[in-house]
Amino acid sequence: MSTTASEMYETTVGLEIHVELSTNSKMFCACPVDFGGDPNTRVCPVCLGMPGSLPVPNQMAIEYTMKIAAALHCDIARFHEFHRKNYFYPDMPKNYQISQYDHPIGTKGYVEVTGDFGTKRVGINRVHLEEDTGKSTHVGGSGRIADSDHSLVDFNRAGTPLVEIVSEPDITSAEEARAFVTELRAILESLDVSDVRMEEGSMRVDANISTRLTGAPEYGAKVEVKNMNSIRSVGRALEFEEKRQRKALDDGETLVQETRHFDEKTGTTSSLRTKEFAFDYRYFPEPDMVPFEPDQAWIERVRGSLPELPASKRARFAEIYGLSDKEIQTLTTTSATAGWFEEAVAAYGGEAKKISNWILADLYGLLNESGQELSDGKIAPAQLAALVKLVDDGAISGKQAKEVITVMFETGDDPAKVVEERGLKQVSDTGAIEVFVDEVIAENPDAVEKIREGKDGTLGFLVGQVMKKSRGQANPAMVNDLLRSKIN
Amino acid sequence: MSELLWKSAKELSEALSNKEVSAVELAQAMLARADEVDPKIHAFLKRTDEIALEQAKAADERRARGETSSAFDGVPVAYKDIFCTKGVTTTMGSKILETFVPPYSATVVERCEAAGLTMLGKLNLDEFAMGSSTEWSAYGPTKNPWDLERVPGGSSGGPPALIMSGGVPWGWGTDTGGSVRQPAALCGCVGVKPTYGLVSRYGIIAFASSLDQAGPFARTVEDAAILLMLAAGHDPMDATSIPQEVPNYLDGIDAGIQGMKIGIVKEFTDTEGLQPGVKQRVDEAYTRLERLGAELVEISLPSFQYAISAYYLVAPAEASSNLARYDGVRYALRSDEGTDIVKMTSRTRDEGFGPEVKRRIMLGTYALSAGYYDAYYGKAQKTRSLIIKELDAAYEKVDLIVSPSSPDTAFKFGAKTADPLSMYLSDIFTVPVNMAGNAGISIPCGLSPDDNLPVGLQIIAKSLDEKTMFRAAHAFEQDLGFASDPGMRPQI
Ligand SMILES: [Zn+2]
Repeated sequence: MSTTASEMYETTVGLEIHVELSTNSKMFCACPVDFGGDPNTRVCPVCLGMPGSLPVPNQMAIEYTMKIAAALHCDIARFHEFHRKNYFYPDMPKNYQISQYDHPIGTKGYVEVTGDFGTKRVGINRVHLEEDTGKSTHVGGSGRIADSDHSLVDFNRAGTPLVEIVSEPDITSAEEARAFVTELRAILESLDVSDVRMEEGSMRVDANISTRLTGAPEYGAKVEVKNMNSIRSVGRALEFEEKRQRKALDDGETLVQETRHFDEKTGTTSSLRTKEFAFDYRYFPEPDMVPFEPDQAWIERVRGSLPELPASKRARFAEIYGLSDKEIQTLTTTSATAGWFEEAVAAYGGEAKKISNWILADLYGLLNESGQELSDGKIAPAQLAALVKLVDDGAISGKQAKEVITVMFETGDDPAKVVEERGLKQVSDTGAIEVFVDEVIAENPDAVEKIREGKDGTLGFLVGQVMKKSRGQANPAMVNDLLRSKIN
Repeated sequence: MSELLWKSAKELSEALSNKEVSAVELAQAMLARADEVDPKIHAFLKRTDEIALEQAKAADERRARGETSSAFDGVPVAYKDIFCTKGVTTTMGSKILETFVPPYSATVVERCEAAGLTMLGKLNLDEFAMGSSTEWSAYGPTKNPWDLERVPGGSSGGPPALIMSGGVPWGWGTDTGGSVRQPAALCGCVGVKPTYGLVSRYGIIAFASSLDQAGPFARTVEDAAILLMLAAGHDPMDATSIPQEVPNYLDGIDAGIQGMKIGIVKEFTDTEGLQPGVKQRVDEAYTRLERLGAELVEISLPSFQYAISAYYLVAPAEASSNLARYDGVRYALRSDEGTDIVKMTSRTRDEGFGPEVKRRIMLGTYALSAGYYDAYYGKAQKTRSLIIKELDAAYEKVDLIVSPSSPDTAFKFGAKTADPLSMYLSDIFTVPVNMAGNAGISIPCGLSPDDNLPVGLQIIAKSLDEKTMFRAAHAFEQDLGFASDPGMRPQI
């Protein structure tokens, strides 16, 4: 009996996800939370850490965090307390971060994830609330701090409410990690508490990955992987890292605890720093705030106000729309997409599957090219429903509809208008088609003869000739029927 | 004009109201007095003559229109240089903030401005309010008007020195471990440490956040109560501010102390280092209280003995974190010696902070370190809980507690700077009040027979019971007659 490499080792992954909340104002001051803008324009004495300024906690951020905790099936703490995490960093205004330490808002939750690996629960260790830092830009050299001429700091982001979600080390492959992040992102998106855009940094994923011999009592050396800017990157980085670690162990190397940087271009990771010493953050309770106990009614209200979460939505889609798992997965990626789909189905009134086909086969292609979300596009759900109805009614052909949808995608016009303007109306008028059919029969006596002899394949040629004469506007099914009846 | 200099703010308010004097004349008189005395006492870090005169002019104009911002519209005030003042340098007595001009004012300053008080300037303090003598000020010490060779106490040494030189009727300090009450005692005026959370900390540069509390200085108990009322009350900008109405402390302030139960702390009676002259005056004060109708009750507060030790873990720990922001990145001092961020930050802090501040940052950093947290910071917090518990129990039996404010009278320059511990013990009677968060006041109880320097009596009330505290302090003050006696003023 031989042991394959994949059975010999086991991979352990734990994820730390930071999510910027989309509250109106920052965590401890009244500055607006927004993306972009000129550097240092959304700042005040509090988020700049000016002497004498004091933090006042944002109740909305606390509620959002409780919402997240509830959606992740966490226990919600009855005692909230902020701590200071002390370390020096130039883009951290106070040189400590107000965070939560031994009293996180949520603990002991889970996320259920599904994939080719089956269905599994990934535990959530904690959900806590803290403040984000500013951003440094290093000018000169390679753009890294070490060889730069000088650095610039923008504090617009400083003080944005940030939720940290820490998973248990329950993830055993890159695929599971990807599925976990996808599901978590969908959950957060459905809660409408964050933009969850990994590319813009409103959702940031760090992974801890280790490899050990299957069944070994201790975990392998923990490697932290950073700079994964998309869900795809999470998968690629962890796949690479899993292979690298296994190969290293195969080669008899000892893995060390370190932080590695993922390079998007090469798809590889490289060492940033080894952990020679652990940082001592000197956590202590934040004396500028008083601990507080949210009342049970508030917690109950938050739990009761949760929207339909992705898992329930998927179950419902399977039950009432009869779609495949793959279709459901795509249509429920975001609640906006799912909402769009449901609106289109409702406007259409027919088989949901047809709407799904149009979205997945046609609209997604167009959206991918333009990098838009379904709900960002110019086409309204009712317009897609109207287009499908035109095809159903035989007003236009399926082929024409594909042309129409391309125009709709660009202009946002109603399908009827596009059909009208482009003269795409399918000719279903028997009289008009009959003229073309008669002409074609008269012009192609040889072909007609062949069909009479039973060579059906030639019928297609004649249909094509009719379509040509009608400049593609004839209803092909009617042409077919007419040709047959006239020849035979 | 010189007769105005020693009037109380309450009397000045009447004089303004009766048009006996204008706000501009008042400000001019006080500024002229500063010209005279400040070269001797060095109370000011920054004089704001222009602002004072401008505000005084505006106050006079309001009054001419028949309007006033408050009964005290046009009365001068001065602030310890820990209060942020919009557009006016706020140094915290430190080189690291030498060029810091805040774009905002502390809530205390805003409220006093709203009441029409005119700002004469920013007053001296120990650097970052760490010290009991102002000798740690990066800009040189303030001198005690009773004896220019002695300290005024600290850290808020500037305000009481100026007040007892007739330079201003009242002023604001902050009290983290005794920094209002001890200098009030050493300068012979009234100083209050209100209940934690009564006065907003917004815009007051932090030393130790869970202990810092702004407090008024004045020559009379009534003035102190009034100045406190002008700024006290909930502030949404401070999450530790108490959302509660502030009572009128003057209501019933004359009611006396007949029948009040006043506690004397057993553990304080044989305090090491308690000067005989101080002990004598304070014992006399107890007798006076008894004669005024109070019942003296001996109480035991064993945890008070550990208050200083616990305080010197909690306060430096919080300070080590609060002072981390002075890194040269965003404002004020930046060393140009550093070639990278680590060197720049450490050079800035090395050049900008003085020795006592550095000592406390190190102490605090150590107390919070992994592996030491439980033994130091954790234990200190437990001691703090114990102090609160014992005090709560004591207040079941008594209405107020009394003690000396300071173990000694004003000491000579240099007497304690070489021995940090002896300096720390200056706060032995005041620190437990900060640790518990309740209220305390220091009022003069005479001059020490040892050296003819003022002695302070501390009256400690339970949290938010400032009213009872002021009532007793006022009764004592009226009976003793110290504040109203022109003979009980420093000859400066
Ligand atoms: Zn802000």
